[in-house]
Amino acid sequence: MRAMASRPSGAIGLVIVLIHLFIAVSSPWLVPFDYKAISSLLILSPPDAVHWWGTDHLGRDVFTRTLLGGREAILVTLIATPLAVAWGGFIGIYLGLVGGKLDDVLMRLVDAFLALPWILKMLLMIATFGTGLGVLIPTLAFFYGIPVIRIARAAAHNVVARDFVLAARARGHGRLSTIGRELLPNVLDALLVEGAMRWSWMLLAFSSLSFLGFGVSPPTPDWGLMVADSRTFLAIAPWSGLYPIAALSSLIIGINLTADALAKTLGVDRAQKAPI
Amino acid sequence: MDKDTVLSFRDLSIGFVSRAGQLLPVLRNIDLQIQRGETVGLVGESGSGKSTLALAAMGYLKAGLQVTGGSVHFGTQDMFGLSRSALEAVRGGKVALVPQNAGQSLTPTLRVGSQLLEAVALHSALPPAEHERRVMALLRQVRMPDPQAMAARYPHELSGGQQQRVAIAMALAGEPDVLLLDEPTTGLDVTTQAHILALLRDINHETRTAMVYVSHDLGAIARVCDRVVVLYAGEMVLAGSARQVLLTPAHPYARGLLNSIPRLSQTSLPEALPGRQPLPGDVGDGCSFVERCALAQASCRSGRPALQFLPDGAVTRCLFHDRSDEMALTRPARATALRVGAGTTAALSLNQVAISYAQATVMQQLLGRRPDVPHTVADITFSVVAGQTMGLVGESGSGKSSILKALAGLNPPIAGSMSMGADQFLAPHVDQRPPDHLRRVQMIFQNPDDSLNPRHTVAQILAQPLRLYFGLSEEALRQRSINLLERVRMGAHYLDRLPSQMSGGEKQRVAIARAFAAEPDIVLCDEVTSALDVSVQAAVLDLLNDLKREKGTTYLFVSHDLAVVRVLADSVAVLYQGRLCEIGPAAEVYAAPFHPYTEVLLGAVLEPVPDMSPILLADDIMELAPPAQGCAFQRRCPKKVGAICDTTAPPWQLSASGHGICCHIARDQLIPAIRDSGHHE
Amino acid sequence: MLRMILRRLMLGAVTVGLVSLIIFTAVEVLPGDACTALLKQDAQGQGLANCRQELGLDRSATLRYLVWAGSALTGDLGFSAHSTKRISELVADRLKNSLLLGVMALAVGLPLAFLAGILAALRRDKWLDLGLSGLAIGAMTIPEFVSATLLILVFSGWLGWLPGIVLTPPSAPLHEFFPAIVLPVAALAMVMTAHILRTVRSSMIEVLDSDYVRMATLKGVPYRTMVWRHVLPNALLPAINVVALTVAWLLGGVVVIEMVFNYPGLGRLMISAISDRDLALVQAIALIVAAVYVLVNLLADLLTLLANPRLRTAARKQP
Repeated sequence: MRAMASRPSGAIGLVIVLIHLFIAVSSPWLVPFDYKAISSLLILSPPDAVHWWGTDHLGRDVFTRTLLGGREAILVTLIATPLAVAWGGFIGIYLGLVGGKLDDVLMRLVDAFLALPWILKMLLMIATFGTGLGVLIPTLAFFYGIPVIRIARAAAHNVVARDFVLAARARGHGRLSTIGRELLPNVLDALLVEGAMRWSWMLLAFSSLSFLGFGVSPPTPDWGLMVADSRTFLAIAPWSGLYPIAALSSLIIGINLTADALAKTLGVDRAQKAPI
Repeated sequence: MDKDTVLSFRDLSIGFVSRAGQLLPVLRNIDLQIQRGETVGLVGESGSGKSTLALAAMGYLKAGLQVTGGSVHFGTQDMFGLSRSALEAVRGGKVALVPQNAGQSLTPTLRVGSQLLEAVALHSALPPAEHERRVMALLRQVRMPDPQAMAARYPHELSGGQQQRVAIAMALAGEPDVLLLDEPTTGLDVTTQAHILALLRDINHETRTAMVYVSHDLGAIARVCDRVVVLYAGEMVLAGSARQVLLTPAHPYARGLLNSIPRLSQTSLPEALPGRQPLPGDVGDGCSFVERCALAQASCRSGRPALQFLPDGAVTRCLFHDRSDEMALTRPARATALRVGAGTTAALSLNQVAISYAQATVMQQLLGRRPDVPHTVADITFSVVAGQTMGLVGESGSGKSSILKALAGLNPPIAGSMSMGADQFLAPHVDQRPPDHLRRVQMIFQNPDDSLNPRHTVAQILAQPLRLYFGLSEEALRQRSINLLERVRMGAHYLDRLPSQMSGGEKQRVAIARAFAAEPDIVLCDEVTSALDVSVQAAVLDLLNDLKREKGTTYLFVSHDLAVVRVLADSVAVLYQGRLCEIGPAAEVYAAPFHPYTEVLLGAVLEPVPDMSPILLADDIMELAPPAQGCAFQRRCPKKVGAICDTTAPPWQLSASGHGICCHIARDQLIPAIRDSGHHE
Repeated sequence: MLRMILRRLMLGAVTVGLVSLIIFTAVEVLPGDACTALLKQDAQGQGLANCRQELGLDRSATLRYLVWAGSALTGDLGFSAHSTKRISELVADRLKNSLLLGVMALAVGLPLAFLAGILAALRRDKWLDLGLSGLAIGAMTIPEFVSATLLILVFSGWLGWLPGIVLTPPSAPLHEFFPAIVLPVAALAMVMTAHILRTVRSSMIEVLDSDYVRMATLKGVPYRTMVWRHVLPNALLPAINVVALTVAWLLGGVVVIEMVFNYPGLGRLMISAISDRDLALVQAIALIVAAVYVLVNLLADLLTLLANPRLRTAARKQP
């Protein structure tokens, strides 16, 4: 922690993320207005002393909605990310240690899954099961865990060849205990950094889904949804879209800065893969 | 300035700024002149600053380093004051570097010939039309077979020895005045090393190119260098002719270093140097060696000793150099704990063990067939008497590590059997072995950086075997761990350390403690001293010896270093390409008659004695796989009889004492080649 | 060597086969089928049964899969339930549009990314590098719909230079997509340039720190020559893979951009197909996109194989 804070970019990133988390938790008690309250008089009014960030096309207070807009996204992704890293990480490490036919077969499956565009996978699940949180969380966790398998497997490969793993096997430790005792502590770094990145990509996906209309349903405030709603009026009422944009972007940048600093501190080599 | 001086270090000091903001020295006040045509060895262990010095001669500093005083001059040019284009003209031209790891120092995407052409084009005065011919001439000069074919290859397609020759050729392209060689033979096989060193010696004689040879290996330096400079903690502590420094060193560090090197002619343990070299910034006010010096007096601590010029031409930094005779070069007879003839029960036996790394193709797998290539390791049959040490010697590809791994259960053999004691069959794979067998056979690996989990503390590392085999409680665990550490001469405070906080020697001792925690009958040692500094090796050997004396453990000791094996082993097996060549009691294997390969190996051993050279050299060919028929050594044997060596497997010729040689030449006709100076015994 | 190529081709084919299985299964699991989508409210009773029989939906799943896969191989992807056109025609149009978009984005983004990545690495930790890396991080982390929206706001809303949405019909000839295509290309190029820039940069830095580049310096090789001959060929090899992934993404993953700009590409078609429960179309699009992904990766693999001398030698030795 301390080492990370010594890097300015990492410190800034961490602060941003913490602010967002704080707001996400405490906003219902902080916001001045009811996010649902529409007003036909105040449509698209610019920021003023009452509505600090103006109102949207239905007269709702932008400040309130922006502050509340991250809650769903953060809740969903914050639960789904550890799940994704956990299941993908375990399988990846196991495959890295074991290799053989199982490895061959499963990696083919992984390749096949990765060949499909993410939106297709998301939408198929949503079309089948609906858009509740109970669907979104496992869906995101499942699909975003698959690239983690690749990364964990590569990290495990690096470690498996080392003598201390051989020494453990020679002593007679079983496979599972070798994973837990020898591999995991050494692979944890890579997984941690990957976890941070996964979180940011999941947030992107979630917001994009909401933007397209497949995620959160109105009138729940959500940044993606707010940007979508504000599109038509953006030229004349930029505040209705710019504030949620700033909120979402700042969180994602914050996560990325933190992940970068984390990677540099831990000495992890971050493969620049396109987000899936 | 002397016009014959090609390179001149004048009071050069180099340092770096630590994270805490301190300026820490890496090199201090180096004064050294290199004359035209002379070969100078820079000796030091890791951390002595020798590589930095060699690179500084080219005006190059690794990132973070800076010149804090003095200068380096090539001719009249101050290397650190040159413009970039002037530097580019000198580097690779009149001052050229032969790097440590040639394989990694050649650009992988360019053909070897094209990289040589580049060097020639940059630094040779020849017209472009002549360049290609010059490249071929260079390759011939470094004794590359078939230059045309070699030039068309990529670096990774060459063997280690060939890569090194290319690096030398590249350095010679500009007809340099000075060659800087940074550990050029590290990582090469002993026999290859012998060839390269002979080549360097010849080049120096032919072209009168001065050479600065940086190494920790005193044997290599003895073979190539006229003059030797010893570096310790970044400063020169001794300089003189090779004879002076290697035979009558006037500094306790040099003496200690020489004493700690195992020699072929001596079976007793080398004398270990206690402690370790201080890190940059840890040197106190006095002499840098004072903490480890047997001759230390009060005056040694009260200020840095200046260089003293001795009447015979040597230079030393020791105030009491005339008393260094007290540290005699010949050591007291500390015999090794040998148990020759003590009982005859075999602790370990191998019978016709064969190991193969060949992988079946899909077709072969479908048809249930194995690939039709000779096994990587074959026909291994020997046994080790309980309480004795068997040494397995060979170079890369000999299969010695494979055999150890097979015994450990990590690499199941495809044929043959292994057993402990009289008849306890050792299962081929770890998963098939009962806990008792697992406990009784323990392995220590070569590289302590790799064999200890970087995330585990010493306490956790030692706890693993204790918990696994003995199921001890927490309190008993801790006590036992402390005992183990004591036995390997480390204090209890090491329990909470991580591997990154320990030196190489300390880590290896923890690895030894871990192995002995299981109270094993058999300990497999895989090149356990090869990754350590010279002065630390002796301490580890001493420790292994003590443990053996105390516990009566049986060792199987693998090494490529024949002198190290001589110290510890009761019996020795010599391997080539996975086949046994010679086996028997150590004294007999190391004495005539020899198997031709054993003779080559012994001859290639580098002793730190000047004016000695190997007598017999095997051809320098890269072997990819053992031959399908006949003797394993057929392609390189300098004593090859004829076609029979290619077609028929040689017979084993056994003597009454159990000494076997596997060769077509009869024992009494295996006359060792004539020596020029008494080399062995 | 040839065997290695054939092996890779085979593996690619297997992957595509697996994908088709996955798609088919996923679509099977979805509630409803082509008939319920076609008949909508009338999807019940005898009418439904007849429809199913007509479309062959009453046959077993395995049989249907084989039939579908078989005809897909010959290029016949069936009929779209929603628009009753041949799927191959629909897809062909959209495919050409997506290709146009992708190719333009590549043409703009690739040279920019490589140039910037190389420069950033050569001037590591100096202002140029910090600026470029910072821009790259920004472009990468900002969601596509955000950057697209902002682009529209600035260039269409405030400056009025370019149209904010694409109104050209899907089947229109390529040249009619200008100038509306400029903003979508810009949005796409932003994201992909950032990714490739970072990869190129880190690869360059790794090579610049390598032993052989240091050796070249110590050999007296002039700086420019060293970069051209020793650094670039080694540093750009790993970038091939990222470019491949980017190409694949450009074809199938740019749905959001297409939606924002109303661009008639494959992505939008896929979304509407899912919304309309036009399952045959969904299957077809997924298969095509996946096939392209596998193909592009295969090409990248082969290219890397050819360009990397170490792999070439290893390949030649393969039994």
